[in-house]
Amino acid sequence: MTMATMNDALAGAQGKGRKRGRDLAGLAVILGLAVLGYLLFPNNLALLTRMTAIALLVLSLDLVTGYCGVATLGHAALFGSGAYASGIAAVHFGITDPLLMLACGILGGAVAGLVCGIVILRAHGLPQLVLSIALIHLFHEFANKASAWTGGSDGLAGIAPDPLLGYFEFDLWGRTAYVLGIILLAVVFALLRLIVRSPFGMLCRGVKEDPIRIRAMGASPKLALMKMYVISGAVAGAGGTLNAISTQVVGLDSLSFTLSAESLVMLVLGGTGSLFGALTGTIVFMFFEDIVSAANPFHWLTMVGALLIAVVLFAPKGLYGTVAGLAARRRGAGR
Amino acid sequence: MQTVFSIAVDALAYGMVLFVISIGLSVTMGLMRVVNLAHGAFAMIGGYIASYAARDLGLGYGFAVLLAVFGTIVIAVPIERLLYRRIYGAPELTQVLMTIGITFCIIGIANYVFGPTLKTVPLPPALQGSVDLGFRSIATHRIFAIGCGLGVAVALWYLIEKTAFGVKLRAAVDNAAMAAALGVRTEIVYAVSFAVAVGLAALGGVVGAELLPVEPYYALRYMVTFLVVVSVGGAGSIPGALVACLLLGGIDTAGRYLVPEFGEFFFYLAVIAIVCVFPRGLAGRAGQ
Repeated sequence: MTMATMNDALAGAQGKGRKRGRDLAGLAVILGLAVLGYLLFPNNLALLTRMTAIALLVLSLDLVTGYCGVATLGHAALFGSGAYASGIAAVHFGITDPLLMLACGILGGAVAGLVCGIVILRAHGLPQLVLSIALIHLFHEFANKASAWTGGSDGLAGIAPDPLLGYFEFDLWGRTAYVLGIILLAVVFALLRLIVRSPFGMLCRGVKEDPIRIRAMGASPKLALMKMYVISGAVAGAGGTLNAISTQVVGLDSLSFTLSAESLVMLVLGGTGSLFGALTGTIVFMFFEDIVSAANPFHWLTMVGALLIAVVLFAPKGLYGTVAGLAARRRGAGR
Repeated sequence: MQTVFSIAVDALAYGMVLFVISIGLSVTMGLMRVVNLAHGAFAMIGGYIASYAARDLGLGYGFAVLLAVFGTIVIAVPIERLLYRRIYGAPELTQVLMTIGITFCIIGIANYVFGPTLKTVPLPPALQGSVDLGFRSIATHRIFAIGCGLGVAVALWYLIEKTAFGVKLRAAVDNAAMAAALGVRTEIVYAVSFAVAVGLAALGGVVGAELLPVEPYYALRYMVTFLVVVSVGGAGSIPGALVACLLLGGIDTAGRYLVPEFGEFFFYLAVIAIVCVFPRGLAGRAGQ
């Protein structure tokens, strides 16, 4: 492990109380923003729910890219697998209880994570990137061909989830789906904060810094990354299920290269290696997208491109990373 | 038999077009270690310039090709100086993001300037029609594309193996710092090979316009294919890239002919299999 990680670990041991305080503050910020969103955009809850689902995808991407250093352009494979797993469970097997669907989606995402992990972790660098791209296209083509199960390019329609807990119906305004999404996001966020700070999370960061030393310490880098991939798949699968429940349809676009690339852009915009960064990036990117793409989809692409170049040149740590760095420096100067 | 023959000719032509476009990417990746996702965008710019020159200005095909190659170089060199230079040696993720950003920008601008429709590069009469081989006839354009590929391969081989510039290039690929210490102006080697790579991409974009139609999403659609070729062939290796292009061109074309309903399924399956078996590429060297 490098000094930075060591210091992190030390700080973790000393300032456990402060960290827990930050966790609670983070949860409070999520819930506060959720309430604010509900009050400000009561007619646009579908967008906010989609944002929550994508936030889960970006969080899951952060686990493998930010914490493990695996560069992937095919992460939507896990998201789409979760969405299709829950959708197929609902349409073909009659499992329409939302929580059971969620379980199916998490399972589907985790299995897809295992498959992708086995393939992607075989290589490093450019071949790894190519493998991830090939995988997402393979998943996409497969879902397109297996149209008896997935509905092909028409999408898997007719998902009609039961009322949540038998009481809260999924209404036209998407209030239930929104609340479900926010609760899901808060729970996942809290769990992930625990995971990334656990010894296992530290091991993954160590693998990112120097896999050879980790092996010399007696741990298996590949096993650690594989576990993280499965966890990441479960998170992405939950996001996919949320999207399937709220829109009641699963389209091929949930398994697309574009979604993978966009989620990577969101992550980097917010800042890799930080759960707050992943959330920040998603919110900023999707609001930006909603405003600009309404005007002209092609200018939207130019804007995203310019934004990416600007982030790489001027804020390589992402929005959250840069702001946090500034705040830390100011605190340091104030002392 | 007939099917096998047409598959072989189409695969060869497709593979050669892939080769012309992606060999530049392979050389720059081997040389500068930059994961350049914007390479397809340069091929697209070449196609657009040629289409504009030949169709709207009414210039000859040969002149349009020249204009496309040099026009693309003129556009790309400032991009290299301003943007690429900052990401040499940066982590892969940074390079991927920067070059995807450039690709998105070029797509957006191309769509704004030329519109979302398909652009064709009208062929001169000499390249239309077909050549009779006695037992089969082949479209002349296919032969032209195959010839271009072979010509580029031979010219590059000569440039890299037989000229003084080739010696410097190989030295810089093997060990840039040592080459610089021995007096090789690596900056100039980088700039020249980037220009050559972009020029070849533009050439491939024009010659292959019949097989890979020019439209704004060209850069994104074929980006993956070019990247795959380089990864399968091994960055920086000309024979590796040639073999990879012919192999992948063959698999893709055969897949389209024999099982069209599966689209590119087999192509990506083959890619995954090859990359898993040869993680460094077909001709990759150990220790890179």
